[in-house]
Amino acid sequence: MTSPSSLRAFSKALAPRGASRRLLRAASSSIPALSPAHRRSYSTHPPNAKLNLPTDYSTTPLLAHSPHAALGNPELPPEVRNGTTKRMNLFQAVNDALSIALAEDESVLVFGEDVAFGGVFRCTGKLAETYGGDRVFNTPLTEQGILGFAIGAAAQGMRPVAEIQFADYVYPAFDQLVNEAAKFRYRDGACGRSAGGLTVRMPCGGVGHGALYHSQSPEALFTHIPGLRVIMPRSPLQAKGLLLAAIRSNDPCVILEPKILYRAAVEQVPTGAYALPLSKAEVLKEGSDVTVVSYGQPLYKCEAALRQAEKDLGVSVELIDLRTIYPWDRETVFRSVRKTGRCLVVHEAMVNAGVGAEVAAAIQEDPETFLRLEAPVARVAGFSIHTPLMYEAFNLPDVARIYDNIKKVLEY
Amino acid sequence: MKSLRLSRPPPAALFRRGALRPASTLSASTSTARPPPPHQRPRPALQQRRHASSLSQRPDAKYLMFPGAVKSQFSHELRFVQPSAHEALPTYRAVDQHGVVVDPSFAPDLSDEEVVKLYRDMLTVSIMDVVMFDAQRQGRVSFYMVSAGEEAVSVATASALAPEDVIFCQYREQGVFKQRGFELSDFMNQLFANHKDPGKGRNMPVHYGSRELNIHTISSPLATQLPQAAGAAYALKVQRMQDPSVPPRVVATYFGEGAASEGDFHAALNMAATRSCPVIFICRNNGYAISTPTLEQYRGDGIASRGVGYGIDTIRVDGNDFWAVREVTRRAREMALQDGGKPVLIEAMTYRVSHHSTSDDSFAYRARVEVEDWKRRDNPIARLRKWMEAKGIWDENQEREARESIRRDVLKAFSEAEREKKPPIRAMFEDVYEELTPELQEQMKQLRRHLEKYPEEYDVSPFEGGKESLDK
Ligand SMILES: Cc1ncc(C[n+]2csc(CCOP(=O)(O)OP(=O)(O)O)c2C)c(N)n1
Ligand SMILES: [Mg+2]
Repeated sequence: MTSPSSLRAFSKALAPRGASRRLLRAASSSIPALSPAHRRSYSTHPPNAKLNLPTDYSTTPLLAHSPHAALGNPELPPEVRNGTTKRMNLFQAVNDALSIALAEDESVLVFGEDVAFGGVFRCTGKLAETYGGDRVFNTPLTEQGILGFAIGAAAQGMRPVAEIQFADYVYPAFDQLVNEAAKFRYRDGACGRSAGGLTVRMPCGGVGHGALYHSQSPEALFTHIPGLRVIMPRSPLQAKGLLLAAIRSNDPCVILEPKILYRAAVEQVPTGAYALPLSKAEVLKEGSDVTVVSYGQPLYKCEAALRQAEKDLGVSVELIDLRTIYPWDRETVFRSVRKTGRCLVVHEAMVNAGVGAEVAAAIQEDPETFLRLEAPVARVAGFSIHTPLMYEAFNLPDVARIYDNIKKVLEY
Repeated sequence: MKSLRLSRPPPAALFRRGALRPASTLSASTSTARPPPPHQRPRPALQQRRHASSLSQRPDAKYLMFPGAVKSQFSHELRFVQPSAHEALPTYRAVDQHGVVVDPSFAPDLSDEEVVKLYRDMLTVSIMDVVMFDAQRQGRVSFYMVSAGEEAVSVATASALAPEDVIFCQYREQGVFKQRGFELSDFMNQLFANHKDPGKGRNMPVHYGSRELNIHTISSPLATQLPQAAGAAYALKVQRMQDPSVPPRVVATYFGEGAASEGDFHAALNMAATRSCPVIFICRNNGYAISTPTLEQYRGDGIASRGVGYGIDTIRVDGNDFWAVREVTRRAREMALQDGGKPVLIEAMTYRVSHHSTSDDSFAYRARVEVEDWKRRDNPIARLRKWMEAKGIWDENQEREARESIRRDVLKAFSEAEREKKPPIRAMFEDVYEELTPELQEQMKQLRRHLEKYPEEYDVSPFEGGKESLDK
């Protein structure tokens, strides 16, 4: 479920409103007004909802609302913890990370469709002006070209950060990622070359009205490919640190950025350069009765659901952000499930052959964890369908569905 | 290695002289004609010659008999082809921006009434665009794309096709739908994703489709429609071979100059050429792909030069000249059906007057004055209007009356469509497969139970049949 404010955020992410009136003769006055009874908007919350309320990003405990909260993060290096912070949304944090990478390492290149003017989500704003058109540039409109080009540059010692405009449009480049980026080091063997310098960024996920081709979360297609590191950050602070880690990493990394968070998620972000660990999950909240495993935007819904479940049911729920979805931090998840005995995996992407399947299978396969299970591992995810315009509120995991499944695994 | 027997290899002597050798062996220094060092000589070709003898080079032939370049003349001049030395392909124009006929051979092939109908189609699209752009700004629809400045490309091309010809669009071709008979209510039902939308509320606004009008439903991923158009054209060709009583048909497909950078574009042209498919590739070259100007999109002579490279009959046309676009498409259709079928490429030069979409503010990357200049200089609707006025079949009064009545009709269709119910929730599970799978049936039940259990958390009232549509 998507709030009206985040809908607005999405359209604003692409365009400051109003600019176009001057281009087209205004016709607003002639559009008949609609009675409130007939007003239909996309995926707004119903009036009496208690669970499916819009995420309040200004109060969620998942974001660092004060410098103190941001700098208290134990994963930050000491010099960053002693430094300053700045309020940033997620696209600004991505921009900050790219700027730091370009400044600290001259082998970093940033390119993709419409990147030079700042990108359709503004992630690359001002970078071309600051670091020059040789290192930050527009490409022709060809995803296979962009990623093939990036892999070649990486193989010759550069650190390209390639942008795919929407995750929904990565498929022309699938061959380059699966057969080239992922296998480059393996086939070169003792020659020792790789495409490890490669980082691919792409906006993903639902926004309320993206329909078939502006909503997808194709992470599971990449988690099936050994050789790629697949990452999805949940917040500005995380996005900056994980992106810098990916750029510095010698493995090809695919970062999926939940585009609904670009503007909606705002928090204090340390201003210094820092990398957060890859392939390491984070326990966002400790608990003893159920483990909820998720990543990206649904974490906010998980948090709201577990808060309500704790209140209503008097239980305690543990929340884990996988952060890197593959190779994933099995130990942190196993440790948690051995403690709670119950687990729920939540993601937006289709449930069939998704990340939830992998996590659930790994849990039941680990003998020690299996023996502690009190209930089958549950999955709350998109249905096994495409991402249709009008039905997003019924398709993507929401607070009510997560809440209901927490209850279910507890009552099993 | 079956193809080896058929191939026609070059004589080794040519390579020895160094006059001509495969580009891959040419070194960076191009000023000398020295032969490559022995280890770089094209050994596979030499070996090929020994085994392939069925096709041989006649001694002293003036032309090279490579299988891959059958009529290439021998030359002792080592000269690279420099695209900059070639003049740009010309742009055909029948009527200039003042509405004055410039092609002496031009004669309108439409009755006055037919011209007026097509003019009204263009006008309708442009008025609907203004209303819907604004409707998006008011939050009445989530998204919209206008085709301001490009109305002639879609309406005029479509007018030269037969209704049974099959069309694959990109997304900025509402004029094609309008010309073919898509009603304002059809547009509005799709835009509001109501229960009358054949897309069943699944697609983003402007992703129209109509089986009746032989237009496939628009898909957002760019250029994917192009190889599909080639394949569809091949299907039409084979079907006519198998049943000559079927009327000859072509496929027409539309795309932007930005989309032409996708691999699918190149695959499409090459496949269409090699399988001689009756397909017309219609490029709207409007100068931009979102923020990316053509200068950063390609360095060749537009999209037209690529058609030539693939061995496809090609023309560039003034996309703001209704008559030129129509005439070019009419001829292209004839050619596409000649000799059992072949592809034709049309590059229509125009300008994207508005923002890319309602999600875009183009003044972040182009100057206002650039747009203002364009609007002042040329506009396809104004141009046809001038031509019609000069001919005495249109005047100020008719223009005013037409605009007013079209606007009324647009607003009426708008209000009606906006009030309609949304399609049943069930539609989200249907059409993934021809039949609902057991898994999907179970998911449907699961959703049904969930909606029952948490009625306050969901608003099912806009949807036809409410949650009950999930029963069955
Ligand atoms: C494969 C793919 N990549 C990226 C996009 C995002 N996108 C939508 S429209 C567009 C620009 C297309 O430009 P052009 O083909 O020139 O058409 P125009 O918008 O100018 O009519 C881009 C990059 C997409 N839809 N599909
Ligand atoms: Mg264009």
